[in-house]
Amino acid sequence: MSAAPNRGPRPNYLLSAVAIVAALVVFVVPFVFIVLTAVKDRRQASDFDFAWPERFQLVQNLVDVVQARDYLLIIAYINSTILTVASVTIMVITSAMVAYVLQRRRGRWNGLVDFLVLSGLIIPPAVVPTIWVLQRLGLFRTMSGLILVEVAFGLAFCVLLFRAFIATIPRELDEAAIIDGAGPVRLFFRVILPLLRPVIVTVVLVQSVFVYNDFVNPLYFLPGEQNATVQLTLYNFNSQFNTQYNLLFMDILLITIPPLLMFVAFNRQIVAGMTAGAIKG
Amino acid sequence: MATTTIDKTPARPRAAAAPGPRRRARSPYPYWFYLPAAVIYGVLFVVPTVTAFYFSLTRWTIFDSQFIGLDNYVTFFREPALVSGLTHTLIYAVVTSAAKVVLGMLLALPLTSRIVGRGFLRSVVFFPVLVSTIGVGLTFTVLMNPDQGLINDALGVVGIDGPAWLTDPRYALLSVALVDVWKGVGLATVIYIAGIVSIPTEYFEAARVDGAGGWDNFRRIILPLARPATVTVILLSLIGGLRSFDLIWAMTRGGPGFTSDVIASVIYKQYQAGFYGLSTAGNVVLFLVVTAIVFPLSRLLNRREVDL
Repeated sequence: MSAAPNRGPRPNYLLSAVAIVAALVVFVVPFVFIVLTAVKDRRQASDFDFAWPERFQLVQNLVDVVQARDYLLIIAYINSTILTVASVTIMVITSAMVAYVLQRRRGRWNGLVDFLVLSGLIIPPAVVPTIWVLQRLGLFRTMSGLILVEVAFGLAFCVLLFRAFIATIPRELDEAAIIDGAGPVRLFFRVILPLLRPVIVTVVLVQSVFVYNDFVNPLYFLPGEQNATVQLTLYNFNSQFNTQYNLLFMDILLITIPPLLMFVAFNRQIVAGMTAGAIKG
Repeated sequence: MATTTIDKTPARPRAAAAPGPRRRARSPYPYWFYLPAAVIYGVLFVVPTVTAFYFSLTRWTIFDSQFIGLDNYVTFFREPALVSGLTHTLIYAVVTSAAKVVLGMLLALPLTSRIVGRGFLRSVVFFPVLVSTIGVGLTFTVLMNPDQGLINDALGVVGIDGPAWLTDPRYALLSVALVDVWKGVGLATVIYIAGIVSIPTEYFEAARVDGAGGWDNFRRIILPLARPATVTVILLSLIGGLRSFDLIWAMTRGGPGFTSDVIASVIYKQYQAGFYGLSTAGNVVLFLVVTAIVFPLSRLLNRREVDL
């Protein structure tokens, strides 16, 4: 189906070779560098070169990083998991409800909601006033506060993805369910929501990557050593491990593994989610 | 913002019991479905965004604020280190978006043609998008080390004397922008791939009958019909570039001096220093810059959009 400029009967081997070599040099070498540095000993790691490790210290470095600062990395992984799971769950349910009513019902709120969704996609959040609001609510420096912040900043994108998908679900289905006596809540949660599964998978994947990789919001809204998320450990370790690049890169490696696994398993859905939301832009 | 007059219990008997005039009032799509999202979004996004305008006019300690008029803005635009943050932000956003448009298209062309290892190549180009920005920043800080870094070593092999990427005031901002492009070009590429693949094959067949070559195909078919993709790439990278913070913070912290400071890093520095009013003024400036650029641009670009 691919409509492309170069549609010969045979693959273009020269172009392929050039593309593969270029991709390896530009995009793969940095990752190999991360892996190599992560398993070197301290002295060789500080050479910054692309050499093969003289002594493999995979286990030693792993243990050192995990044990650093009283197992901070473990706490950070727990924090990041709670943050990601909770915020993505809330985001998915609340934004699906918004997108559903927004798509199905033409009414006086549509213009306002559309405007708010667009604003949410474009406007950079105001940092200190958000801290002020959180402080007033007693949620500053709490995990629940950060979860709600992530939800607030992620909603717009979710609504966009859900609405496009809900538009493809025939209204006849709603009508049939209503005739069968389903109220609004049952109609949505029992009939519509299960049909959204493909787009829910996409939204969950894309938002999980965003929230997991988020550095700025935890930095502002959940400061404090014991509250660190995995991205903040990188930031903290960077100052601590200034002379221990093997440990710093082991941390980078560990933090890169979850997105890598997700990408290997769900490559197609992630790309679909990022481009589908984008093309509608 | 939702009509809460409707009772919240899912009334199962309602449909059976109330066929009368009440039924018309009850849509199966109740507005209170907006409520949970509206509360979170309103409290944590709309309220801070609106109150930012007031707090940017105050001397502010979170707990109490004292109105001082436009003093913060005067400070912001008088202090060279802060104003330069504004110009750096614009340079950074324009450079990264332009590079992503050009490179994204250049990468998407071979990746939609018949080449060996296409799936692998697409994955390799896209994967950095999913990786931690801080991780990428720290990795490239090492790779860009002027004396020992891999990049200058490699350039040295072919006889080029690489610059001191991050420590030279002239190049620091552009070096970070380069890494931003490395990390973000995969998204531009997959957007272009989606755009190119959705062009009907008939166009290319007709062009072949007319004797069009590869360049004609690109110039007359792909470029105009991939326009929505271009619009998306430009808008997304501008929005991202204007508010960019984490990569810059991981690589240079705005340095050397203030040569790679952008508005977002100024906001953080002023916040850390306890100048909350000034920090918020920076936020308002960023808000104005983003809306002044992105809203009109999206109007302009979307006006002649080809519907896919």
